[in-house]
Amino acid sequence: MNRLSIFKYDLVSIILYLSLVSFGLVNIYSSSFNESSINLFDVSSIVGKQVLFFFLSLIAFIFILFTRSRFFDNSAYIFYFFSIILLLGLFIFGVERGGAKSWYALGPISFQPSELAKLGTALFLSKFLSIIQTDLKSNRDILIVFIIILIPLILTTIQPDPGSALIFLAFIFPVIREGLNLNYFYFGLYIISTLLLTLKFNFLVCLAILMIVFSAYLIYFRTKKIKISLLKFLFSFFILICISFSTNYLFENVLEQRHRDRINLVLGKEVDTSGIGYNINQSKIAISNGGLFGTGFLEGTQTKGNFVPRQHTDFIFSTIGEEWGFIGTIITIIFFSFLIIRIITRADKQPNHFRRIYSYCFASLLFSHFFLNIGMSIGLIPSIGIPLPFISYGGSSLLIFSMMFFVYINFDSSRLMED
Amino acid sequence: MIRKNLLIWITIFSSVIFIIQLASLQLASDSFNRDFAVQEISVYPERGLIFDRNGELLVTNQPMYELIIIPENTVEFDTIQLSNLIGIEHNDLSKRISSAIKYSTKLPSVIQSQISKEENAFLQEKIWQFDGFYLRKNSVRDYIRPFASNVIGYTGEVDQNDINSNPYYEKGEMIGKQGIESYYEERLRGVKGKRYFQKDRFNRIIGPYNDSKKDISPKKADNLTLTIDIKLQEYAESLLNNKRGGIVAIEPSSGEILTLVSAPTYHSNQFIGQDRTANFQGLLNDTINKPLFDRSLQAQYSPGSPIKILNALIGLQEGVVNESTTFKCNAGHYYARNAFMACHNKIGTISNLRKGIYNSCNTYFAKTYKMIIDKYDSPSQGLDSWSKHIKSFGLGDYLGYDLSIGKKGFIPESNYYNRFYGNNRWSASTTISNSIGQGEILTTPIQMANFTSAIANRGFYYKPHFVKKINNQSNIRLEKNFTSIDKGNFEVVINGMVDVVDRGTARIAKIKNINIAGKTGTVENFILIEGEKKQLTDHSTFIAFAPAEDPKIVISVFVENGYWGSRWAAPIASLIIEKYLTGNVERKWLESRMINGSLLAEYEKPYKFQNFTINE
Repeated sequence: MNRLSIFKYDLVSIILYLSLVSFGLVNIYSSSFNESSINLFDVSSIVGKQVLFFFLSLIAFIFILFTRSRFFDNSAYIFYFFSIILLLGLFIFGVERGGAKSWYALGPISFQPSELAKLGTALFLSKFLSIIQTDLKSNRDILIVFIIILIPLILTTIQPDPGSALIFLAFIFPVIREGLNLNYFYFGLYIISTLLLTLKFNFLVCLAILMIVFSAYLIYFRTKKIKISLLKFLFSFFILICISFSTNYLFENVLEQRHRDRINLVLGKEVDTSGIGYNINQSKIAISNGGLFGTGFLEGTQTKGNFVPRQHTDFIFSTIGEEWGFIGTIITIIFFSFLIIRIITRADKQPNHFRRIYSYCFASLLFSHFFLNIGMSIGLIPSIGIPLPFISYGGSSLLIFSMMFFVYINFDSSRLMED
Repeated sequence: MIRKNLLIWITIFSSVIFIIQLASLQLASDSFNRDFAVQEISVYPERGLIFDRNGELLVTNQPMYELIIIPENTVEFDTIQLSNLIGIEHNDLSKRISSAIKYSTKLPSVIQSQISKEENAFLQEKIWQFDGFYLRKNSVRDYIRPFASNVIGYTGEVDQNDINSNPYYEKGEMIGKQGIESYYEERLRGVKGKRYFQKDRFNRIIGPYNDSKKDISPKKADNLTLTIDIKLQEYAESLLNNKRGGIVAIEPSSGEILTLVSAPTYHSNQFIGQDRTANFQGLLNDTINKPLFDRSLQAQYSPGSPIKILNALIGLQEGVVNESTTFKCNAGHYYARNAFMACHNKIGTISNLRKGIYNSCNTYFAKTYKMIIDKYDSPSQGLDSWSKHIKSFGLGDYLGYDLSIGKKGFIPESNYYNRFYGNNRWSASTTISNSIGQGEILTTPIQMANFTSAIANRGFYYKPHFVKKINNQSNIRLEKNFTSIDKGNFEVVINGMVDVVDRGTARIAKIKNINIAGKTGTVENFILIEGEKKQLTDHSTFIAFAPAEDPKIVISVFVENGYWGSRWAAPIASLIIEKYLTGNVERKWLESRMINGSLLAEYEKPYKFQNFTINE
């Protein structure tokens, strides 16, 4: 067993990772650039901090590569419970930023435990699903799976950081992959559609549509002579109607105004480019300002003028769009989707259940960040404050995603050697 | 295998959707293609200077100040105190402040513009008490010599028409509105430059854009040297004190306009400073004196007797009269049955051409005119031939000088009468008034000066113009415009004109040692009062050039309702000639009579709603 042979590692993914991080540094530099010169290694500057975390990530890389993959298998629950404790500790020791108590601050460096919870949940969920006794057809195990996912999700939601909380829903993908009845997935889609239809139109319209769809299902089942549980069928219909009926109440009384505005904006109900739509609108202006080839590095006028708020973090994609143009944005998208697909396909070759499910969890997290962040930046999804992995500024995010990536590399490399 | 490939398909599907959206944003959409982040600021070159023909500086620029507000920097302040300080109504101030706030709380807005140096000195000491207000320097015109305003014109802020018709201009910029300032606008303004600044999301400038690489430096404006002699202009303007009319003096050997007076007039400086709007309204509303109306360029009068000179020349050219042709005058004559034209010459006066001129005999030129027309088979042909000769002197059309205002005047052609009377159902007698400059003919004072110039040059004129040099480079290519009269025909007529001053109607214009050739005119004119045509006192007019043998100056003077040509116009012309040729005026008595003489009482007559007598 020669651990030092580099060819057994997924070099393509490592190159994609390094390209994305470097491209991220370039764009963070540009987004936070002002006329006073910035030293790349000045830890007090934004890009300097990111470089610092990149080096920390590389150190973690060395450690993770030399760690036996069995270590993660055995200690998965430690990661999970540790991160849950950190999430709970936020209610006492947390620092409030932007309305959410989701940070620990240690001197100049702050840390977001919800990032760690992603790693912890990924490992623990993989551990649980890979246990030979776990059966996703049993209601008890399904319940446990949902509890594993829901604990960090709920803790993050009440910080309140609903954006990060949403990410934990990404774990549905590996659960489905591992054999959860697809009906859960379809039912989830119906819930989302119901919510959107009710918000876009109203309860009555939604009710009418639901009735038409369900009648169609019934006719379909009758003609094809497919046996279904009529009770379950009617129950799910009833639940959707309840959701639709209560949507407006939830919308008006549970969500805050800013959330309502963001959702309305994407639904096309309000067009207010100076108020709440400002972020997304400015992001779209910056991106369209890039054209085909972009304005060039440090030449983006919208970027320089700080028109897009949070541009080095959540809206980093607008900098890419403005300064690197259509070429830059599609290359970023292709790199990301290629990386995600590559991780999934290589995960499928893993004979080891734990490592396969973990890799799948990682791909799902990567995808959901990619989908929500870019979707938001180009105005397809309501404004949700989550970073673009490897690219956005943010130490915790870069470090944890790098670690998750290296764990994947570790698992992938040990695929051929063990079992 | 839905389960296995679900995420792969979702990833691919999302990426495709993203790329489509990005293509529509970055490649197709223009709705988001406005760059809000770059501010363009214009840099203006200093407006060109204007000098007179002798290099005396007439127009320069002076600093002016604007009171600026940045609403977000203001703290509560006493608006009444501020309004008193800058001298505007309190309500007005409040309105301006709220419109500034409406525009932007972060960007500067002008509260009061065109604050003079003196007011600025006073305001600077007080304005620090008002946070959010400051004074900003800019530049406006300074008309150093308050003369020739009708020539120089003035500048003003561009209006919507200027912006629509020329994309160069933006709101708040200055443009030449009248005179030289307007005609030579592009030379005087130069070309503004551009500086680009990077803005942040609060619209604040945070530094130069793109290291100022895109900046365009302004193109320097040109300085103009006018043909106007400002000292002569000043003198001529003083001579028209309390009179209405125009004076045009031209150097015949170049067409350079030495002096162009319109009275009453305005001063360019009235269009600068706080009171400019009120001043402009005042000038505009004075519909009786019409100070904005340039009488030398725009007023179309009957030319009166000076036209006899042209008729004499045409008569000679057409061969219907010669030097020794004589006509008998019986204090007038019957030009047709029962149609008598009076003349101030005594019964039985026999005049040859020269005497006809210097005694301004109506009979002589009526008969000459009749012969010119009757030389041809039909009156149409005759009149068109006459008209062609007249027009070759630059009458009946724009002269093409370098100011944008003017009138064509009117020289009738046969179709004018044919339309009125029917084809050739008229004769020389019908149009006999043309012979003495009273009929349908209309001319402007500058046209009169121009045809006199053609006579002084013995057969040609140069296009009259106002700008001699641009940046010390000669502006105009001199081009002779020949008249249809042979050179040889001029001398006898000019001799007659010399006699006009020597022993004729304009003896008062005589100057020692200088031969002046001139011709007086006394022009009947009418006004409509409540729909009723009433005759007013005759206009006094005079054309002249001197010295007759080598003309240096040509002049035409028109004094409205001054009665005889020799009463006002001839002395004024004579004084200007003396001033120009000798440098000073010896006939102080005549000078003071002209300067102090007033026709205001005459001008009031028709507006007094009672009967009045004329030609007193």
